Amino acid sequence: MSCADCSNAAKEAREVVAAVGSEPEKVIPLLQEIQKRHGYLSQELIETVAEEINLPVSRLYGVATFYSQFRFHPIGKHLIKVCKGTACHVAGAEKVYSIISEDLGVVEGETTEDGLFTLESVACLGCCSLAPVVMIDDNIYGKLSPAKMGKILKEYADGK
Amino acid sequence: MGNNRVIVGMGSCGIAAGAKAVYEQLEKADLGAELCITSCVGMCYAEPIVEVENASGRIMFGNVDSRFAEVLIQSVKSGSELPDENRIKEDETGKKYLDRQVKIALKNCGVINPESIDEYLAVGGYEGIKKCINSSTPEEVIEIVKTSGLRGRGGAGFTTGVKWSFLAGAKNNPKYLVCNADEGDPGAFMDRAVLEGDPHAVIEGMLTAAYATGASLGYVYCRAEYPLAIKRLIIAIKEASERNLLGDNIQGTDFSFNLKVKEGAGAFVCGEETALMASIEGRRGMPALRPPFPAEAGINKLPTNINNVETYANVPFIMREGPEAFNKYSFGKSVGTKVFALAGKVKRVGLVEVPMGLTLREVIEEIGGGSSSDRPLKAVQMGGPAGGCIPESLFDTPIDYDSINATGAIMGSGGMVVMDDQTCMVDVARYFLNFTQKESCGKCTFCRIGTKRMLEILTRITEGKGVENDISLLEELAGHVSKTSLCGLGQLAPNPVLTTLKYFREEYEAHIKDKKCPAGVCKPLIKFTVNPDNCIGCTACAKACPTKCISGERKEVHFIDQEKCVKCGICRDTCKFDAIDID
Repeated sequence: MSCADCSNAAKEAREVVAAVGSEPEKVIPLLQEIQKRHGYLSQELIETVAEEINLPVSRLYGVATFYSQFRFHPIGKHLIKVCKGTACHVAGAEKVYSIISEDLGVVEGETTEDGLFTLESVACLGCCSLAPVVMIDDNIYGKLSPAKMGKILKEYADGK
Repeated sequence: MGNNRVIVGMGSCGIAAGAKAVYEQLEKADLGAELCITSCVGMCYAEPIVEVENASGRIMFGNVDSRFAEVLIQSVKSGSELPDENRIKEDETGKKYLDRQVKIALKNCGVINPESIDEYLAVGGYEGIKKCINSSTPEEVIEIVKTSGLRGRGGAGFTTGVKWSFLAGAKNNPKYLVCNADEGDPGAFMDRAVLEGDPHAVIEGMLTAAYATGASLGYVYCRAEYPLAIKRLIIAIKEASERNLLGDNIQGTDFSFNLKVKEGAGAFVCGEETALMASIEGRRGMPALRPPFPAEAGINKLPTNINNVETYANVPFIMREGPEAFNKYSFGKSVGTKVFALAGKVKRVGLVEVPMGLTLREVIEEIGGGSSSDRPLKAVQMGGPAGGCIPESLFDTPIDYDSINATGAIMGSGGMVVMDDQTCMVDVARYFLNFTQKESCGKCTFCRIGTKRMLEILTRITEGKGVENDISLLEELAGHVSKTSLCGLGQLAPNPVLTTLKYFREEYEAHIKDKKCPAGVCKPLIKFTVNPDNCIGCTACAKACPTKCISGERKEVHFIDQEKCVKCGICRDTCKFDAIDID
């Protein structure tokens, strides 16, 4: 790590803390702010933010690893979240998941080599009436069949 | 006849079904009428939904695609008669869907613009709390809520008025009030719909509770997966503050209440009170031993009361219309209405609010329209991972806390997932155990490890590797997990297994003894074959197969190579001639 990086991280940590607050009860919003900026929690930023708010790094990691929202690796250009709620499960979420997984050659939590897609699953998106459902970035796609899913993926790959 | 307003249903699922595109299409057209939004009216099966309002009332149109939107645009523009088709409230199915429902918590959802406090005020909003402040003492408010008989809608069903009286009686200050909007049950979306559709009702319910209990600080703890609900809540809080309905010295009195939104970060266990408070304090969401109860020592060791979204949403109605208007709907010890997220294999999926005492069959068959697959229904799952599966033979059970508990399931927060005979109950039990096992915080040994062992047993049963005493082992572990866990997550985690064992034991036995999955779901136990009598050789299955394991000449019977088949079932979904069998 060069010194320029140190100072960049320290500067950003100060920005994050200024935007959110420095009280211990702000740990979750602080982590959310970091993830909002970068798509994941970098070790460097967790450490500098911890220093900034005078809490042990372990406290931030303890919280970050407890909640499923937080990830520790960068994500691809598009984030795919396959809903695995009950309604989606009985409507064939597993089939939709398999198609994506096979098509992209990644399993849950992984990013494709070209950096285009990251595959995740979520417990429920609350759109049970449209099961099975997949969310790509901010868009929700419902009533999916394996064929429809393949088509949507292709659209994104072609640069939608 | 002039059309005054065109209203588009913009709840999360409406948007997902295409409402945004419809809205943009209407926006571009020069309508000559005001274009507005509302949220989910609960008729999810007919999304996207557009309403046209004119002097004679509001007419609701469903399944609005771009073609039909154009038809609407033309008739609104020209002022001619509105089309007869797609009138989803007036047709037969719409009537069946709506006739048995009674809307109290959902009264304004899909009716008013949730981003406008004026629309909430116009339908009697904030009248309840103003009435309280002006003419009732806090003690009287608690008495009214007690008289109404309202019980917590988050699942446990504790009497709300009694819960409030604990906080009112607490000595320390300041006191906290929390709205639990961490709707974590997969298959439930009632709270999301209320927050997106009528956020002011939740705020007014919390204000009433604050007035009654002396709480001055409040949090809405909402899951991060609900961005639209959070957005609308923040707008509503801002608007209410500007009108002096939140903040310091509300309506010129010495009553003050400040409300903030806390975004959850994804942990099912945070639906539990003590875990939720830990999360608000910025810690890992691990449940703690009670006592002390939250009313004594909650957030920052100060007195705290927690209620669910739907519970608060019922309060303004009770205050405005009086407790009798609410408790006239009662069945046994359960009072009022309950909102359910009806999903799964029913024709009309959506959000329904029914009076206590309606039977499951009435909800599933009359309101929901029965099976969507035309296959026989088998069970309904209630209460999510903490609940259970109620078999079709018990569909005449009335909906109230006690009757549902007697089946082994729970009322829960309101998830109702209907299943047909192509759903494997062992797989459903495995699905829920997989969920609770992942979500266990790890504090209690049996919840941490016991659920893991139960999941392993269920997994091996679904893989055809089950052994003779697996069922008794599951039952033994279930007892230990529920008895030795600190919080509801562990205590209720075995419910999906116990209820399926109680009602569908023969399915477990078929998996273990005969190595068969009667529902045709568990991959290692099934085989796809071509039925030579039905196959016409159309080649559709061969084209769709992702592993190219289906061969055959055009117009000849096809063949599936079992070695290469991954049992994805796409061939069966693709075949139009019912020529793919499952063994």
